[in-house]
Amino acid sequence: MGRNVAIVGTGQTHHKAKRDDVNIVELIHEAVVRCLEDAEISIDHVDAVLIGNMEHFEGINLSDMWASDVSGARGRFGMKITTGGSTGTSLSLAAYYHVASGLFDTVMCIGWQKQSEGDTTAGLISATDPVWERASFAGAFGTFAAAAVQFMKEYGLSEEHAAKVAVKNRQNGLRNPYAHLKLDITVNDVLNSRMLAYPIRMLDMCPASEGACAMIFTCEEKAKRMTNRPAWVAAAETRHDSPFIGDVPMFMDLRTLRAASAAAYKKAGITNPLKELDVIELYEPVSWAELSFLDSLWLCERGKIRELIDKGATTMEGELPVNPSGGVLCTNPIGATAMCRVAEAAIQIRGQGDKRQVPNVRTALATGYGGNWWSDVMILKSSL
Amino acid sequence: MSDRKPRRISYHAVLPFRYSAGQAASRFFSELRDHKRIMATRCSRCGKAYVPPRPVCGECFLPLEEWVEVGPRGTLVGYTVVYFPFLDPLTGKERPVPYGYGFILLDGVATKIQHFIEETDINRLRFGLKVEPVFEEERHGTFADIRCFRIVE
Repeated sequence: MGRNVAIVGTGQTHHKAKRDDVNIVELIHEAVVRCLEDAEISIDHVDAVLIGNMEHFEGINLSDMWASDVSGARGRFGMKITTGGSTGTSLSLAAYYHVASGLFDTVMCIGWQKQSEGDTTAGLISATDPVWERASFAGAFGTFAAAAVQFMKEYGLSEEHAAKVAVKNRQNGLRNPYAHLKLDITVNDVLNSRMLAYPIRMLDMCPASEGACAMIFTCEEKAKRMTNRPAWVAAAETRHDSPFIGDVPMFMDLRTLRAASAAAYKKAGITNPLKELDVIELYEPVSWAELSFLDSLWLCERGKIRELIDKGATTMEGELPVNPSGGVLCTNPIGATAMCRVAEAAIQIRGQGDKRQVPNVRTALATGYGGNWWSDVMILKSSL
Repeated sequence: MSDRKPRRISYHAVLPFRYSAGQAASRFFSELRDHKRIMATRCSRCGKAYVPPRPVCGECFLPLEEWVEVGPRGTLVGYTVVYFPFLDPLTGKERPVPYGYGFILLDGVATKIQHFIEETDINRLRFGLKVEPVFEEERHGTFADIRCFRIVE
């Protein structure tokens, strides 16, 4: 077992489709400054800086060098970590590992993306194997669509179930000042929006955003000195899967998320996640993914997620609110997207959620998702 | 007064790459080009046959040395019709829409491949349909030698 570790500060930009007013390093600096302010520390207290993005979206491969002034990495230990969609949670996990190991006391991690500077789908396709998969890969929505057909059939779901998720997260996003999309929409709006690739419609899909997010992780002794409301890391798990997109038995009900969450629950002493978790911040790149990933999180008997959705269990007023931030469906600065999940979980634990605050959050779970079909899970608690 | 209007600087890169296909893919593509055969590597321990063929069984962590012919028919286990165009990084052009796309479980194989589907009417596609490859007349030894899969009537 490593040392006890807490998140004591988070900071993010106001996420948007385009931030023409700043360049990449200026964007990163906004999140860094807000994070240090939230933690009420100066950069001098930071021992290491970890940074990452999804590189092929902007063609920027060395942000750890470019951003060394604005990130505070100059003269400190630091490295770049990039794992595709899960970059933000990989960075969070790595920050946790650094502190838990005892080799570093206080670590800052930073995720960022500036998608309007390149071509997102072309960038994404270049993540796949050049010999085998680039010729036919249908980008994120095409692949999710073909996968959703399998999930829909096997788990008895309709387009309405997915539309309800799209509406819920957009309603939540209206209360989050940092969210990119502010959409006051109904189920009918979703079902009448443009079909991208059956059964996925425009309003089922996440946007492409620009933004950055940063967090401070520190050891128990320093956390107690820095703040009276730390978010303690109770579990941190990750599972990867196979090299090719068609290698998994079930596309959207992720075996990696089932394995990672089962291990995380065990570590955090959780036996009934639906009852014991107070909030979930889920990496849902498409409405259908929220349905399937919640099933993978053992919140119900396998394949029965529709019953929770029909009951409204995941709404802000429900038994287990999911994505009070508005989730990825509102905000998707890819290298920061998964970190925004962890940051929001910390915000909820620390009672900083303002209009989107879930009452009395003591245990929060955040996930990250990356290709192919792999998963990160973090569980945060208000007390050790 | 300096000009405070935000500026963008454009940069058009041509970045050619030359990827080694590797031993498994080289054999696969020769068979595909010369004989329209789909070949898989099979694990001597778990018996799983893999397409794309690969050097190591990820589950057993053993080298894959045995080759078997598989398919060419398969089963459709996920499908869509894509209506929204995007840039194809192989050509730099927008992919024409609509086009069919899906996951195909080739007969005798443990893993699924993704490929184009000839059919673009979503109502004619079903989970579990039998499909077969349509080969290009002129084949160059790439995965695109299979133009797409079509429904077996």
